[in-house]
Amino acid sequence: MKKYISMLSIGLMVLMASMVQAQTFKVSVSQFVEHPALDAVLKGFQDNLKENGVAVAYNVHNAQANMATANQIGHQIMGEKPDLILAIATPTAQACAQAFKKSPHMQNTPMLFTAVTDPVGAGLVKDLNHPGANITGVSDMLPVNRHLMMVKTFLPQIKRMGFLYNAGEVNSKVLVPLFQAEAKKMGFEIVEAAISKSSDVYQATKSLVGKVDAVFIPTDNTVVSALESAIKVCEQNKLPLFNADVDSVKRGSVAAMGFDYYKHGLQTGELAQRILKGASPATTPVEFQEKLQLHINSRAAEKMGIAIPPELLEKADKVYQ
Amino acid sequence: MTWYAFIGALEQGLVYGIMVLGVYLTFRVLDFPDLTVDGSLPLGASVSAVAITNGVNPFLSLVLAALVGFAAGTVTALLNTKLKILHLLASILTMIALYSINIRIMDGPNISLLSVDTVLDPFMSMGMAGYAVAPVLYGCFAITITVAIIWFLHTELGQAMLATGSNPQMITSLGVDTHKIIILGVGLSNALVAVSGALVAQNQGASDVNMGIGTIIAGLASVILGETVFGRSGVARACIAVLLGSVLYRLAIALALGLKLGAFAFTPSDLNLITAILVVVALMAPSVKRRFGSARS
Repeated sequence: MKKYISMLSIGLMVLMASMVQAQTFKVSVSQFVEHPALDAVLKGFQDNLKENGVAVAYNVHNAQANMATANQIGHQIMGEKPDLILAIATPTAQACAQAFKKSPHMQNTPMLFTAVTDPVGAGLVKDLNHPGANITGVSDMLPVNRHLMMVKTFLPQIKRMGFLYNAGEVNSKVLVPLFQAEAKKMGFEIVEAAISKSSDVYQATKSLVGKVDAVFIPTDNTVVSALESAIKVCEQNKLPLFNADVDSVKRGSVAAMGFDYYKHGLQTGELAQRILKGASPATTPVEFQEKLQLHINSRAAEKMGIAIPPELLEKADKVYQ
Repeated sequence: MTWYAFIGALEQGLVYGIMVLGVYLTFRVLDFPDLTVDGSLPLGASVSAVAITNGVNPFLSLVLAALVGFAAGTVTALLNTKLKILHLLASILTMIALYSINIRIMDGPNISLLSVDTVLDPFMSMGMAGYAVAPVLYGCFAITITVAIIWFLHTELGQAMLATGSNPQMITSLGVDTHKIIILGVGLSNALVAVSGALVAQNQGASDVNMGIGTIIAGLASVILGETVFGRSGVARACIAVLLGSVLYRLAIALALGLKLGAFAFTPSDLNLITAILVVVALMAPSVKRRFGSARS
C-alpha cells in the first residue's frame, strides 16, 4: 500500500511539475549593447511579465556592439527554440529576422522588436498597421514637435540649436530632416554636429560653442554613452543641453521630454503578454509610446545658465535638485 | 551548443574566413600590418547592398565589391609607398576615410537586405533548407578562394610577394619593384575583405556602417589561432590553417553564448571575457599535446 501511495505521489508530483512547465514560457532576448537605456528596456519588459504573473525562463544574449556576434546570437536563438524572441535595437532585430529565413522550424515563432526607430526602413515589417509576418514590436520614434516645443519654451529667443548625433546610427540619421523641418516651422535653425565614435563627443560639442544657443542630443547610442563630455563642455560655456531620453537628465542635462525607456520596456512586455496568449504578430500593429515624461534637472539648469519656466516646472514628472 | 548555433558558427567562420585570408596576405605574406579592413569590410557590404537594391544580381555585386575593395587597398598602399606614410598610419587613414565614404555610398548608415534576393535565395527557392545552404555555399566560396590563393602564391608573382615580405633587400636586388608588389598585395587583400563583407551583409540581412568595427581584431585572432593550432609550415598549410582558425574563433563565441555551468550563471556581459578565455585554451592545446606526447615517449 505504502508503495502505491509513494508511486501515486511521485506521479502527482511529475504531473504538477509538467503543468508548471507548460505555463513557463521560454523567451530568448538579443540585445545589441550594454547601455543604460537598452538595459532599462529589458528590465521594464521583465518586470511587466513578472508583475503580471507570467512565468518566463529567459535566455539573454548581448552582442557587445559587435554585428558578427549579433548574427551568431540569431542562430543561437534559433537553436534555443523559444516561445517568443525579443530583439532590442535595430541591428539585432535585423540579424534575428535574417536567421528566421534559414530556420524553417521557427517560421511561426513570434518575434518582438523594441527600441527600433524606423521598423519599415529597417525592413522588419512591411506596414506598421499590418506587419504581415511573425514580427511586430514597439518603435521609439521621437515625437519631434514636442521635443522642439519644450526647447522653445525654455528659450523663446532661440535662433540656432545644435544637434549632436552619430552619422553612423540609422536611428539618429532619420531624425535630422524631421528636426530641420519642424524647427523651421518654429522659426529657428538646426546646426548639425556629427560624430563617429564616443571619444569624438567632447570635440564635437566644443565645435558648437559660440555657434548655437542650445544643444540637443537625440536617442543616439554613441553620443548618450559619452554624455558626460557633452555636459562638461555645456557647463563650461553656459550652453543649455537637452536630451530626448529622461535617463540622461539624471546624468546632468537640463531637461528631456521623452522616453522613459523603462516604460518602453513595460509597454513591450504588455505586447508580449498578448502575443503569448495567442494574438498573431501579423495582425498586431507596431506600437508607439503615447505618454511622454518631462524630467528637469534644476542644478544642471543653473550650471548651464538657464531659468526654468514655471509652467514647465509645474508639468514636470520629475525634478532633480 | 545547439545544432543551429554550431551551423551558425560554421557559416560565420567560413564567410569571415575570406576576410581572414585577406588579413593573412598582408599580415603574414607581405609583413604589412593593414588596418584598412575595418573600413573595407563595410565598403564591400555597402557596394553590394546598393547594387542589389538597385536590381543588380547578388553574385555580380560580389565582383563590384571586390573591385572597390581592391581600390581601397590600393589607396593604402599608395599612401605608404609613394607618400612614405608609415603602413599603420596609412591604413588607419584609409579606414577612417572609408567610414564617411560608406555612409555616402549607402546614403545613410544602414541598408536593409531583408526583402531582396541574396546569393542564398536562388538555392533556398530550389527547396533546400536555409540553414544548410549558407554553410555549404560559403564553404564553396572560402575553399575556392583558399585554393586560388595557394595557387597564386606558388606562381612567380606570388613568390615575389612572399619574398617582398620576408626579405625586401634581396628581392629589390633581383630587380623586382617592391612598390608594385605591395600595391597588388594590399589591393588583393582588401578585395577579399570586401567580398567577405558583401557576403556577411547578405547573410545578416543588412549592411551597416558599424559592422566593420573589430574586424581586424577578429582577423588577427583567427590567423594566429589557426597557425598555432593547425601549423604554419608551408604556404598551403598556413592558408588552410587560417581559414580553420576563423571557424575555431566563431565556435569559441558560439560556445561562450551557450555556456551554462550548473547554478553559476554568467551574465550576458561576460561574453567577450569567456570568448577570450576559450581562445586562450585553444592556443594552449598544441603545447599541452606536445608535452604529453614527449612524456609518453
